[in-house]
Amino acid sequence: MIGGLFVYNHKGEVLISRVYRDDIGRNAVDAFRVNVIHARQQVRSPVTNIAHTSFFHIKRSNIWICAAAKKNVNAALVFQFLYKMVEVMGNYFGKINEDNIKNNFVLIYELLDEIMDYGYPQNTDTGILKTYITQQGIKSQTKEETTKITNQVTGQIAWRREGIKYRRNELFLDVIESVNLLMSPQGQVLSAHVSGRVQMKSFLSGMPECKFGINDKIVVDSKRQEPGATSGGGNLGGGGKAGHIAIDDCQFHQCVKLSKFDTEHAISFIPPDGEFELMRYRTTKDISLPFRVIPLVREIGRTKMEVKVVVKSNFKPSLLAQKVEVRIPTPLNTSGVQVICMKGKARYKASDNAIVWKIKRMGGMKEWQLSAEIDMLSATDKAKKWTRPPISMNFEVPFAPSGFKVRYLKVFESKLNYSDHDVIKWVRYIGKSGLYETRC
Amino acid sequence: VKDSMRGLAVFISDIRNCKSKEAEEKRINKELANIRSKFKGDKALDGYQKKKYVCKLLFIFLLGNDIDFGHMEAVNLLNSNKYTEKQIGYLFISVLISENNELMRLVQQNLKNDLASRNPVHVNLALECIANIGSKEMAEMFAPEIPKLLVMGDAGDTVKQSAALCLLKLFRTAPEMVPIGDWTSRVIHLLNDQHMGVVTAAVSLIEALVKRNPDDFKGCVSLSISRLARIVTSSYTDLQDYTYYFVPAPWLSVKLLRLLQNYPPPEDTTVRNRLAECLETILNKAVEPPKSKKVQHSNAKNAVLFEAISLIIHMDSDPSLLVRACSQLGQFLSNRETNLRYLALESMCLLATSEFSHDAVKRHQETVVTALKSERDVSVRQRAVDLLYAMCDRSNAEEIVGEMLTYLETADYSIRGELVLKIAILAEKYASDYTWYVDTILNLIRLAGDFVSEEVWYRVIQIVINREDVQAYAAKTVFEALEAPACHENMVKVGGYILGEFGNLIAGDARSSPSTQFQLLHGKFHLCSPPTRALLLSAYIKLVNLFPEIREDIIAVLESDANLRNSNVEIQQRASEYLSLARNSTQDVLATVLEEMPPFPERESSILAQLRKKKPAVEDAIRARGEKQQQRPASGAADGAAASAAPTAATPTSGGGGGVKLQGDIAGAESNTDSDLLGLDFGGSAPAAAAGGGGAGGGSVDLLSSILDVGVSSSSSSSAAPSAASGASAQRKTVVVGAGASGSIVGEENWHKFVCKNSGVLYENDILQVGVKCDYQQSSGRIVVYYGNKTPAPLAQFASVINLPDSSLTNQLGIQVKPVGDRVGASEQVNEVITVDCMAEFSACPLLNIRFVYSGVAQSITLKLPLTINKFMQSSEMDSATFFQHWKQLSQPEQECQKIFQAKFPMDAETTKTKILGFGFSLLSNIDSNPANFVGAGIVQTKSGNIGSLFRLEPNQQAQMYRLTVHSIKPGVSKRLCELLETQI
Repeated sequence: MIGGLFVYNHKGEVLISRVYRDDIGRNAVDAFRVNVIHARQQVRSPVTNIAHTSFFHIKRSNIWICAAAKKNVNAALVFQFLYKMVEVMGNYFGKINEDNIKNNFVLIYELLDEIMDYGYPQNTDTGILKTYITQQGIKSQTKEETTKITNQVTGQIAWRREGIKYRRNELFLDVIESVNLLMSPQGQVLSAHVSGRVQMKSFLSGMPECKFGINDKIVVDSKRQEPGATSGGGNLGGGGKAGHIAIDDCQFHQCVKLSKFDTEHAISFIPPDGEFELMRYRTTKDISLPFRVIPLVREIGRTKMEVKVVVKSNFKPSLLAQKVEVRIPTPLNTSGVQVICMKGKARYKASDNAIVWKIKRMGGMKEWQLSAEIDMLSATDKAKKWTRPPISMNFEVPFAPSGFKVRYLKVFESKLNYSDHDVIKWVRYIGKSGLYETRC
Repeated sequence: VKDSMRGLAVFISDIRNCKSKEAEEKRINKELANIRSKFKGDKALDGYQKKKYVCKLLFIFLLGNDIDFGHMEAVNLLNSNKYTEKQIGYLFISVLISENNELMRLVQQNLKNDLASRNPVHVNLALECIANIGSKEMAEMFAPEIPKLLVMGDAGDTVKQSAALCLLKLFRTAPEMVPIGDWTSRVIHLLNDQHMGVVTAAVSLIEALVKRNPDDFKGCVSLSISRLARIVTSSYTDLQDYTYYFVPAPWLSVKLLRLLQNYPPPEDTTVRNRLAECLETILNKAVEPPKSKKVQHSNAKNAVLFEAISLIIHMDSDPSLLVRACSQLGQFLSNRETNLRYLALESMCLLATSEFSHDAVKRHQETVVTALKSERDVSVRQRAVDLLYAMCDRSNAEEIVGEMLTYLETADYSIRGELVLKIAILAEKYASDYTWYVDTILNLIRLAGDFVSEEVWYRVIQIVINREDVQAYAAKTVFEALEAPACHENMVKVGGYILGEFGNLIAGDARSSPSTQFQLLHGKFHLCSPPTRALLLSAYIKLVNLFPEIREDIIAVLESDANLRNSNVEIQQRASEYLSLARNSTQDVLATVLEEMPPFPERESSILAQLRKKKPAVEDAIRARGEKQQQRPASGAADGAAASAAPTAATPTSGGGGGVKLQGDIAGAESNTDSDLLGLDFGGSAPAAAAGGGGAGGGSVDLLSSILDVGVSSSSSSSAAPSAASGASAQRKTVVVGAGASGSIVGEENWHKFVCKNSGVLYENDILQVGVKCDYQQSSGRIVVYYGNKTPAPLAQFASVINLPDSSLTNQLGIQVKPVGDRVGASEQVNEVITVDCMAEFSACPLLNIRFVYSGVAQSITLKLPLTINKFMQSSEMDSATFFQHWKQLSQPEQECQKIFQAKFPMDAETTKTKILGFGFSLLSNIDSNPANFVGAGIVQTKSGNIGSLFRLEPNQQAQMYRLTVHSIKPGVSKRLCELLETQI
């Protein structure tokens, strides 16, 4: 189990140190600093073994967060816990940076005491934590309140307290996907996958039970056998040919009743109050790629190079992609760049060794082009050859490239009298770029 | 002209302000792109800009990034006449341009130009660059040039200084490139230079050169002494720039003192006195109150002082200086500064090795002991131990060993092993009272058993066995030690061995009755490792002999499955062998087989060798002192040593087969670890033990049968045995003498060659070559043995001893040896003359045992001396009638010896003839009816009379066989001649 948690700033100074078990000594703090943060060679592995102790670290901006364990722990669990911890801290005091951590260290220690006990992760739900770890000074709680908190935290539905009331019952649902792609210069897809998550914000009274339907292949297939069920609506982005998608794997928030999902393929849950991540999934098949990059690189002698890049948008013309950015790496001995582009703004960014082409908005089914001439300095050392890193892209599109669709979202609350129709529901799809690269 | 390079300053401060590595990387990328665009070549850059960008590149490189452009611009900077631009150019080149870059040629051209420049600043820059690159190529190109600059009359001081340092660097990379010329003598005169910087640089260079060939630079001794005198006597205001915290030119002084350490003390008395004066002044200054409280002042002063002291130690000639140095160091011993204490102890350690200052050092014993106890720093404690070891002699040994033992209890683990060795050595070396020695070692085992190596306890056993007076005491002490509830395995080993040998000496006491002894030992048996258990089994069987009353108990132990069927073969074998020995043998046999161990031959303690391996430098110094002391008292010390070694080795001792066996046991256990047990060469005694069993010769496997053979002694294998009992004793005697001549016999093959010839190489290995040349006249002969040292190091403690393996040889041969010195220098050859008189006929062959210490390891070689009976034989001519008359006279069965054997060499008549003539026989023709047969006669001449011998050799070509018949007056002679000749043909 996790023996200790340490937070360092970018210089390797310890900001937070919490030791949970005796097998982690004080020197572990220094061991990590010396061997990872101040290592001569940058340590790329997130797990480092130093003197029979495993160190698991993540980085948030300039902050190192590290868990140390002497035992053979489940690494995935440790990382999940670290991410959760970051999330909790984010929910409490916003961005994770040195100043915020220094200003909130009392709170952080309080949180660390609560979310982990003797190396075992405990309740890491912000909503629940906020019921008893508050930031408004010391407020003496009545005995009833304390018992209420205890009952609730230890009860069956730990993530939602009773007696919540809203005048307007509202439900927000965001499907956020990130597309990862590696394409060959000839346009062949070498690897592509979408990792998506369903983010929910609920403002519902009482203890409502929700039912959530998606166009998952298994669900749809099982439904199809039942008479009367029809396949979902039209195709938004072009993915999911048959109107349903094959989800490779998915995971749910703890509120989802897994037994029901196993037997009926129905996602049924009592939502926590406020914002939470309902599910997470990954698909690899039938992805509709929103953009296609066609590179054309020509080297003229040792000191000159010509680059032509065509970007094609491949979705419904009615939709509008935003924050489109194409990054074309330049050789390390570039001494001058001339860029011409019709649309958007393109600039040689010396600090990144790349030409950055920014397009604010781009409609579907369009084709824009950039051409650049690169001057190079003849290098003293000829042995080194430039490896031509891939061209990468960033964008945001208003549909789910995997073809994921929400079929229904129903709310039942038997005790209070509001029905499914009274709930205002908002659904939004966002497709973002992950690592979207084309080799050139 | 802007000289401050604002752009560079801004860039550096930007980098410093970067919050993260990524930000830094971005800033660097941006700057690199900027410089690339500037270096593109479309705009001409002025010198300032080039310099600025090259500087930035340099900075980026030093931050750890790769730079693969800008080299050309840097080389361009070299053409500039401005100092700063040139300097940056050279800096970039010496840091960034690799040796095999193609720009190097260009750089070298520039360097050449600058070296030839009239501007000393340019010359200096070039010299610095050459030294900084310091590659072989650079040495090749410039090493011949630079000496000219060094001795050029009109060259400036700075140029000379740089040239000296540059040459030093090139000399270090490629000494062969630096030419030897007339400049060398002029370099020495730089020591007289006005400029102190030049002198300092020159001293460094000269010291390096001196190491190569000291003779060329002998002149520097007097010059550096006078220079040193001028520095030392000057007040600190005289050398303004070179005075460091009120100490005049400390670095130069240190270097000069170090340079002088390359030479022996000067012979010229005036120079010598001057040096002594200097050293005295330095010592005087050390006592003066400090002129400054700053640590730099005392550091500089002490640096000079310590160097002076090491020079005093190096010269080792002036007692008063040595004593003064010692007292000065004594003051440092109680200094607050840890480094000073360390250095003082270290230097004192060397001082203790000088005979002049040894007593002075001893005065500080108490302080050193306190240092040992109270010092916080382990390295200082270690030095204190070294010093105690070095200052120890007979007068203070008990005290020092006592202190070391007390310290051992609390000592750090890292130095315990060494400490234990040192205690063991001191205790042995200076033991006047051996009960004290035994006490000390047993204490040692008790306190730090884990650190007591095998050698230490082997040694204590060896000494106890060799000293009859301590045996009872040792037995009593180990018995008491074993009574402790927990004792170390090494203690059990010693206990087992000693009680097994001498348990009877304490058996009278009711508290240590035989059965108590046995129970005590057996109580530890189960806690021990297999080798110790095996040793204990040997001890048990010895107890059976000592105390017949506990025989049944021991048989029960041996019989138990745990031993008799132990998975360890050694234990199993011992158990079964000892069991049958205990069961079946009579008390007489037991007494014979399990008799007390014979004394071990004295040899250099192998513990010492082990310690020397650990710490060569100090030990060598201490040993050197020992040798020096040995040489002084009497020139004949070496002779005495050789003479005293001879009897111990040759004395027949009354050991039994069992003793040999036990000795062999240890050898068996140790031979795989390859350690030289107690300095005894057990590689040799194992076969000796086997041979002791009547020549059964099967190594340890047959040991039991061979031991029983000794006991029952069937006369089959013994040569002349009138009765079984005397046969047994006679044989035992030869065995013991054989075992006493430790070391296996080597070079047997070569020996055979000497039967027929008189000179050649007898033995040769990587270290030593032994050649022999001998000539014989009638009954006397002269053998000259040449010892050639093949190694580049001297062989120390060289001694050779002639062993007579058969005691009867003493009556048969008169041998006189003119011994060699105790040292064979590197690649030297010494000879030893052995004169031999043949008193009577003999058959055994004397052994030549050579011992020496090579690179700290004692070596022993035993060779058969090529001295055989036929050497004293003179051929005699006779006609056929006389021959047959003699032949018939000598045809009694014991006078005749006939052998039929396979030919060992091709059956060539001519070769055989030469061999027979070389052997000493005459060849008589027309006697035998078959011309292929060889017939001849010879007379063996001894002091006690002549022995006529005749022979007949009949070759059989088909069967490749010979039949050899020898007739002689004395039966032994014909047998021996027959044997010898058989090996030759």
